[in-house]
Amino acid sequence: MQERPKKVQLFHTCLINEVYPEVGMSVVRVLERLGIEVEVPLEQTCCGQPAYNAGFQADARTAARHTISVLQRTEGPIVIPSGSCADMVVHQYEVLFYGDEEWLAKAHGVAQRCHEFSQFLVDVLGMTGIGAHVEAKIAYHPSCHLLRGLGVRDQPKALLRAVEGVELVEFREQEECCGFGGMFSVKNPEISGSMMDRKLAAVEGSAADRLVSCDLGCLMHLAGGLNRRRSSLKTQHLAQVLDEGLR
Amino acid sequence: MISPFQERVQAALGDRNLHVALDRATAQLGGRQSMALSTLENSDLVRDVARRAKMEILSDLGGNLKRFEGQLLANGAQVHWAEDGRQANRIILEIAKQRGLKRVVKGKSMATEETHLNAALAKAGLEVVETDLGEYIVQLADSRPSHIILPIAHMTREDVGRLMEQRIGVPYSDDPRTLAGYAREKLRDAFLRADLGITGANFGVVQTGTICLVTNEGNGRMVTTLPRVHVVVMGIEKLVPTMADLDLFLKILARSATGQKLTAYTTLIRGPKKPDEESGPEELHVVLLDNGRSRILAGETAEILGCIRCGACLNACPIYKNIGGHAYGDTYPGPIGAIVTPGLRGLRDWNELPGASTLCGACREVCPVRLDIPRMLLSLRKDCVEQLPNPLGLRIGMKVYGMFASRPALYRRLAKLGRWFLRALAEEGWVKKKVPGLAAGWMRVRDLKAPAAMTFQELWRARKGGG
Repeated sequence: MQERPKKVQLFHTCLINEVYPEVGMSVVRVLERLGIEVEVPLEQTCCGQPAYNAGFQADARTAARHTISVLQRTEGPIVIPSGSCADMVVHQYEVLFYGDEEWLAKAHGVAQRCHEFSQFLVDVLGMTGIGAHVEAKIAYHPSCHLLRGLGVRDQPKALLRAVEGVELVEFREQEECCGFGGMFSVKNPEISGSMMDRKLAAVEGSAADRLVSCDLGCLMHLAGGLNRRRSSLKTQHLAQVLDEGLR
Repeated sequence: MISPFQERVQAALGDRNLHVALDRATAQLGGRQSMALSTLENSDLVRDVARRAKMEILSDLGGNLKRFEGQLLANGAQVHWAEDGRQANRIILEIAKQRGLKRVVKGKSMATEETHLNAALAKAGLEVVETDLGEYIVQLADSRPSHIILPIAHMTREDVGRLMEQRIGVPYSDDPRTLAGYAREKLRDAFLRADLGITGANFGVVQTGTICLVTNEGNGRMVTTLPRVHVVVMGIEKLVPTMADLDLFLKILARSATGQKLTAYTTLIRGPKKPDEESGPEELHVVLLDNGRSRILAGETAEILGCIRCGACLNACPIYKNIGGHAYGDTYPGPIGAIVTPGLRGLRDWNELPGASTLCGACREVCPVRLDIPRMLLSLRKDCVEQLPNPLGLRIGMKVYGMFASRPALYRRLAKLGRWFLRALAEEGWVKKKVPGLAAGWMRVRDLKAPAAMTFQELWRARKGGG
């Protein structure tokens, strides 16, 4: 049995830094409530995913090298509150540095320390119930890179189910992609919008009053769609639900 | 101006009837197959073994083809090599011309879709009838298949009823059985009259030179036995090592394609009719088609040649479910098409296909031979960047991104500028005014949340400083 970590490094992701800082603060508060000290490596920028997914691997490598160097200088587990950024570091760096033994080894060292937020709570800390209480009917959207990339299927649901007052609502085609896909969402907006409509119709057809996910890319896309249709459905990152429930 | 691909996409998205048809088809097939594969005993192991067998074939494709050819010849078949579709069609026309063959019946074959064989035969004055029910309907509609397993995934049964009423003068019906009955009447006549049968091949067994064909309607059996001459058109990647391997592949193909444990008819062909046999064709010709496959084999997407054409990735793909098969623009639709088409036809004209994916990984999850489709899409995107002309703005943008992402202070300053710009256009937390560039694409279908007034790092520092 691994010893329970006392301190973690937070890789906060670009979207949290620029658009959703409150989600980052929720992550920090939840971790601190669980007795974990949080450090934020301030030199961090972007993991390189936007360039990587667009095929610009040389530029992605520049960003990835920086990320690896920054994280390498720190110690202990690294928490990433995003399935797709975590998958980038954990799985895609291997592809990016294929044939480059030196950087492959560095990337591997960092990847081994990385955990997506829900994964960290459930798999590393071994917790599901954290004593939170929220009255809400929640539709959980499993983001693709979290689900099929990192293989995290049950952890977020277990955390939500353990929140007193939360009812998890199932909906049609729950594990289907929401249509975000990074650059895809702006280069193929019509297909992306059609996929989003399908997802939102499924959620709106359920009894849920909140849509919760572990990826802010998906959430920004879905929230943008909901705002356009003037829906009252609320979107939240998992950490926000837990944080709200601990207050 | 929008590209032909985007034009097809928009037409598909606006076609309500198409969505009814697609939802029915993909839900039916997708639901059935995902359950079926898991009912296979040791399914994970079987998939691993099948994958290994395919990769083994590909690791020495040239050698395996030579051995396969040797077996075919020993079995009494005649072997032809076609570098591209045009050559394949020429070979077949020559076979027909030399023997005075005029009436062709065809089994379902994606390879001949790829070579546009029907058009070539018709142009040379031959009569061609597709005998797979779906392909027959596609032929009646003068269209192309939109799904590897279900050629008419884009049509509702009501569409089919109306088409048959118009084209073959039968009373309208939307009952699949009645419609199949109509087709059967017409096809029976074609089978009896035909002198040339053309099929594809699901598998070619290196060990024995056996051609394996699976069908659910039994038409494959008719096409391969009734006419005087049988021509098989087979992509060079369709090999499996041994008959024991074939057994595994038949199990996973049926389950992944239609959710069956075994396809209704499995036809194993080893040569033409022997002197002491009563039925079968007098001549068996096998046309081995490259048509770009060697090029794929030499690149980073070689793995895709392990595809057994089960179509499972189509039923699982959220993009396919939204735009259907025709939007992909060529023979192979869906995730598999997004890799195969640029490979076979060239990346330059088909560079949008690898980008039209969210990399959600649903295809990888259902693929019976575990092809890593997202990895290959990413590899093709890289090729697009490295081999094709890209907009200068994008190239500079990415270079700047890389430079700034490795210089935190500059990165923050640039991000701050972007935040300031977008916030200036926002009201109540949402960007309200028109924005150029990428954000315009975003705002076409959804609202854009304005960036935060203070970044996470600023909040973090303030909290540290205050606490």
